[in-house]
Amino acid sequence: MFDSPPKLLLGLVTGILFGVLLQKGRVSKFEVIVGQFLFKDWTVVRMMGTAVVVGSVGVFALVAADLASLHIRPMLLGGVLLGAVLFGIGMAVFGYCPGTSVAGCGEGRRDALVGVLGMFAGAATFVVFYEQLQPIIQALGDSGKITLPDLTNTSPWLWVSLLVAGGTAALLWDRSYRKKNSHLSSQLVESDRTLL
Amino acid sequence: MKNPLTMKSWSPYIAGAGIGLLSWFAFATADRPIGVTTAFEYSAALAEKAAVPHVEQTNEYFAKKKAEGKPPKIDWEWMLVIGVFVGAMISSSLSGDRGAPVVPPLWRWRFGDSAAKRLAAAFFAGALMMFGARLAQGCTSGHGISGTMQLAVSSWIFIIVAFGIATLTVWAIYGKEGVSHV
Repeated sequence: MFDSPPKLLLGLVTGILFGVLLQKGRVSKFEVIVGQFLFKDWTVVRMMGTAVVVGSVGVFALVAADLASLHIRPMLLGGVLLGAVLFGIGMAVFGYCPGTSVAGCGEGRRDALVGVLGMFAGAATFVVFYEQLQPIIQALGDSGKITLPDLTNTSPWLWVSLLVAGGTAALLWDRSYRKKNSHLSSQLVESDRTLL
Repeated sequence: MKNPLTMKSWSPYIAGAGIGLLSWFAFATADRPIGVTTAFEYSAALAEKAAVPHVEQTNEYFAKKKAEGKPPKIDWEWMLVIGVFVGAMISSSLSGDRGAPVVPPLWRWRFGDSAAKRLAAAFFAGALMMFGARLAQGCTSGHGISGTMQLAVSSWIFIIVAFGIATLTVWAIYGKEGVSHV
């Protein structure tokens, strides 16, 4: 029923840090999430991209040192595709994703709070119909817990290097683009200003 | 230098790098990737167990999860979700970044200022989003950040499709004119 108390405490501490980072990064806001999909505010892409690049280096280093293991979600194509479509529609209307809606609640946003109640209803629906949903989830096959290196028979470090190189290039391009257009600062959204 | 905690916002690159480092911390200390929606599934399952007698015999979910060694419980991730709420509350309180209206300005421009309409939409969209996340076994955190950094094929497919569909939906709702109302 419960993880051990130290592990629960560790989860709480990790969560508090995650919540502070989401809130300071402004993704706990409807206008920032929807602004990204309208290509007006690039906060979400900048943040997620940086998190993935930085994270991948450390995670594969920890795995190589045998200090952690990979936790890959299985490639159940039916579930992943249908899930992604429903998720995308829901996220677009709601204006938050699961983690950022909880952060939005912490920020005192009432629409996020009501959405989180809806999320419980969605999770309950999934649990109740779990058995009936299995054929859909497994409809397009199960390739197991595969990674891009598995699929291509390459080293994970090749992919990590590609992520780091791509991320660095995007960061430099973003910087020079903003410098060139800094005279347009009146049209910039808040998160662009924090970068100038 | 100003106390970073009293600032309303940090550069998305700083916040993103922080989340990357936090992932190292999560893997190193708990051997877990950061995720959010499994905790909702477990809460719903525990609630069902409490509310419906003998549900463990009638709903295959419980037997299957037990066999997988993942019975629903109050775990590390469950506490992480509580922590996200607390962390965002602390952060927004220290900076005074609170008091957003119930109806976001962009929504009001498109759908009017009815709070009931906005809240009903948030409820059903939240439900649909979570249902989708559980079908795919992950969300923006579990797939989009933690899964992609582990180079999981399922996660890269999920986040590309989910964000593609979200983009199409947002443009269908707000259109070109919406861009000037964000």
